[in-house]
Amino acid sequence: MDIPYTVKARPDTGLFNAKLGIWLFLASEVMLFGGLFSSYILLRVGADPQTWPQGLLNIPVGTFNTAVLITSSVTVVLGWSALQMNNFAAYRKYQFVTIVCAAAFLVIKCGYEYPEKFKHYEVWKTDGTRVTGHIVSADVSNRTVRVEGGVTNVVWESGHLEGSPWLWSTKTLNGENRKVLSLKLHPDSTHYAFPAKDHHAAVKEGNETTHELEFKPADIKRLSAFVPAHSTYFAIYFTLTALHGLHVLGGGLVIAYLWGPGARLWKTDPQRYTNRVEVSGLFWHFVDLVWIFLFPVFYLL
Amino acid sequence: MEATTHAAPGHAVHTAHHHEQTFWQKYIFSTDHKVIGIQYGVTALCFLFFGYCLMGLMRWSMAYPDKPVAIIGPVLELLLGKDAAPGGRVSADLYNAFGAMHGTIMVFLAIVPLAFASFGNYVVPLQIGAVDMAFPRVNMASYHCYFLGGVVMFSSFFMPGGAAKSGWTSYSPLATLAERGYLVNGQTFWILGMVLLITSSLLGAVNFCATIIQLRAPGMTWMRLPFFVWAQFVTAFILLLAFPPLEAAGVMQLMDNLFGTSFFLPSGLMMGGSTPIPVSGGGSPLLWQHLFWFLGHPEVYVLILPAMGIVAEIIANNTRKPLYGYKSLVYSLLAIGFLSFIVWAHHMYLTGMGTKISTFFQTTTMIISIPSVIILTCLFISLWGGSIRFNTPMLFALAFLPMFGIGGLTGLPLGFNFADLHLHDTYYVIAHFHYVVAPGTIFGLFAGIYYWFPKITGRYMDERLGKIHFWLSLLFMNLVFQPMFQQGMAGMIRRMYNGGATYLGTDSEIGLAPSTIWWNKPISHAAWALGLAQIPFIINFFMSIRKGKKVENDNPWASSTLEWQTPTPPPHGNFDKPMEVFRMPYSYSVPGAGSDFTPQNEPEKAR
Repeated sequence: MDIPYTVKARPDTGLFNAKLGIWLFLASEVMLFGGLFSSYILLRVGADPQTWPQGLLNIPVGTFNTAVLITSSVTVVLGWSALQMNNFAAYRKYQFVTIVCAAAFLVIKCGYEYPEKFKHYEVWKTDGTRVTGHIVSADVSNRTVRVEGGVTNVVWESGHLEGSPWLWSTKTLNGENRKVLSLKLHPDSTHYAFPAKDHHAAVKEGNETTHELEFKPADIKRLSAFVPAHSTYFAIYFTLTALHGLHVLGGGLVIAYLWGPGARLWKTDPQRYTNRVEVSGLFWHFVDLVWIFLFPVFYLL
Repeated sequence: MEATTHAAPGHAVHTAHHHEQTFWQKYIFSTDHKVIGIQYGVTALCFLFFGYCLMGLMRWSMAYPDKPVAIIGPVLELLLGKDAAPGGRVSADLYNAFGAMHGTIMVFLAIVPLAFASFGNYVVPLQIGAVDMAFPRVNMASYHCYFLGGVVMFSSFFMPGGAAKSGWTSYSPLATLAERGYLVNGQTFWILGMVLLITSSLLGAVNFCATIIQLRAPGMTWMRLPFFVWAQFVTAFILLLAFPPLEAAGVMQLMDNLFGTSFFLPSGLMMGGSTPIPVSGGGSPLLWQHLFWFLGHPEVYVLILPAMGIVAEIIANNTRKPLYGYKSLVYSLLAIGFLSFIVWAHHMYLTGMGTKISTFFQTTTMIISIPSVIILTCLFISLWGGSIRFNTPMLFALAFLPMFGIGGLTGLPLGFNFADLHLHDTYYVIAHFHYVVAPGTIFGLFAGIYYWFPKITGRYMDERLGKIHFWLSLLFMNLVFQPMFQQGMAGMIRRMYNGGATYLGTDSEIGLAPSTIWWNKPISHAAWALGLAQIPFIINFFMSIRKGKKVENDNPWASSTLEWQTPTPPPHGNFDKPMEVFRMPYSYSVPGAGSDFTPQNEPEKAR
């Protein structure tokens, strides 16, 4: 039982089945990312002024990532056309670059950009001012259970944490097992909601030399890292870029599989193999195209 | 002919089917479209039954509020716990959970899988003369995604806090905040289940579109396609393009529920206190509604189009004449497919969108009624001058016409902004959409089961049981839903666990008239009787598989379409010889022809 047009194109459509299939799937993906982009527009248009962050994303890093993805799109085509010309060795070189680019993109995004955000904080003070910055250190009190001579004691021991912790929030300040006694924050030079001079006025009370601000929990109305829960800006940023990242990962894995173990098919059915590479390349172009939209929308606008 | 039905020389698509298959390969992990069609059908019918049972319990609560459920009350308490079902009563929260899950299960786990995936998978490749779907392994994956989604949805009843209880529409902020006792709860499972079901539908949609475009047999031009195939094609496109925004919305609502985001939570929202809940705010409940209904409206066309396709096939076959207005029917399908994407906000007239936007959606909603009426009219006119055979499939197909007519016409007041002000969220809406789906689509699906059963099993279903099933179902469907129009117009709103007793009007307070609430009892009794009326069908179905009257030949209904040109039941690969098509799909009673029908693959006689 042979399904027709799996390898050769059907004359009236000019397509083999998988090529039509991937285009149909991409149509649905356009609607998926389109839905999310539309949500971004609605959320941004409806946001209260001074609550929509700008300029918090690293533009040089984002530009580099853009260049990485564009390069990978070029090499993915060069790889496929090398196969069309029966040059398997050239295909392997080009596709290797594609895979490296995919990996680089993900490492930069997940290994640098995201963690950087998770360690960056905003403090809403009870007096209505807001500051963003890195936490330098924190004085804490830890709940310890001591067993001395058969008697179990619960004591609160003081401690000190250096460096910016991960994913702290208002709840962390007053946890079951650890309470924060004071926070030292190194403020950013600007705040997204306030013009520079107002911002400098607000943080003037910091230390003269280190420019660090100290907060007690009583002053803090809300503490949040730059995580999805921080604001709808970060919520939609992380959702869109994470979904895109998953697509980069998926596409990268498929291309890597075809480059590696899947390359066996080149020996037995080169046309079918080339078709698979073409289909994966089409998907890859879509993934790149989504990033071309993501980058200006989040990083530049 | 060039290589059309054969793969490129030397490169046969090697499958495992040529070897001996294990039970698992043959029945559970099959890639054969017919097996997958049956898998979908059986699973969907199970969920149809389960969804019906949920409704049966809801109707008890409406007719006999706060009274222990008869007979199964203790079982309910045992299964669901004292909080949900104290003393065997349906609590208000449980009623809401039943309501949300009844809707979700009926729409996404029963009707769409049965109408689109089950009938579509079995019949479409046969009707276009193909050996299978374009992507058999994707087909298998789509069934298993659906099955998993069903398992997740079913198990949500046993999550702490119970199943989702914020409506099948899952509006925020209620959907996020209704169950704050447990982080991972029934609502979470609802979203996960939906993601799986949407994935299944998307895979299926890609498969159907690619199959219909690429695998039509030689000679099967677009305008020679059976109407059922066109209906499935448009349905597949609707699913492909409409579902992803809901997937996006589902992911965002999941993040609201689990990660404290505020996609759909507005600023300053308070919950039973005087301080806002500790989230960032800045989100929009309306955003959820737009994203949901962007799918939600095309979804209802997904529910009806396959059934229209089935009914059309059965009418042509049992009137022994071609369908009237084939071209009009096809163009109307395409128009419905396109227009269905630009009417969604008629579900949101009461959100304060403003008159300009409301008018836009009102206009497109009115326009979309035109192709729907064209289709119905063509089907009615197809009966004129026909030599009608009143077998069971035909009875259901005939009843579909006025029932869908009522459902469709009662939708018109809802499409008008000003009338919807009064009718929105009342029992009028429930009556409208149930008329379209219950005596509408479901009758079409029953018709399809009775009609194609002989091809799948080689035996007829029993006619007498079939007719009993038909007449009782028709009677009780109408007894259940007809009074609801009146209840709705009298102001009875949806989703009230005690049938509106809370709003009973008294001498001093305006409220629902006692007669309005009184109708809950006869409606509930009719609903339970409707369930009993399905017993002849269930008995018939299982009995006929082994003991039904055997068919006389491969084409017992003397049909002209290609699915009847296979051995019975169709083997792997479907056809004895490659199919080639020479004529339109409904060559019935052609003057001068040898018999009263000519199959599509019969060549023109030499002149």
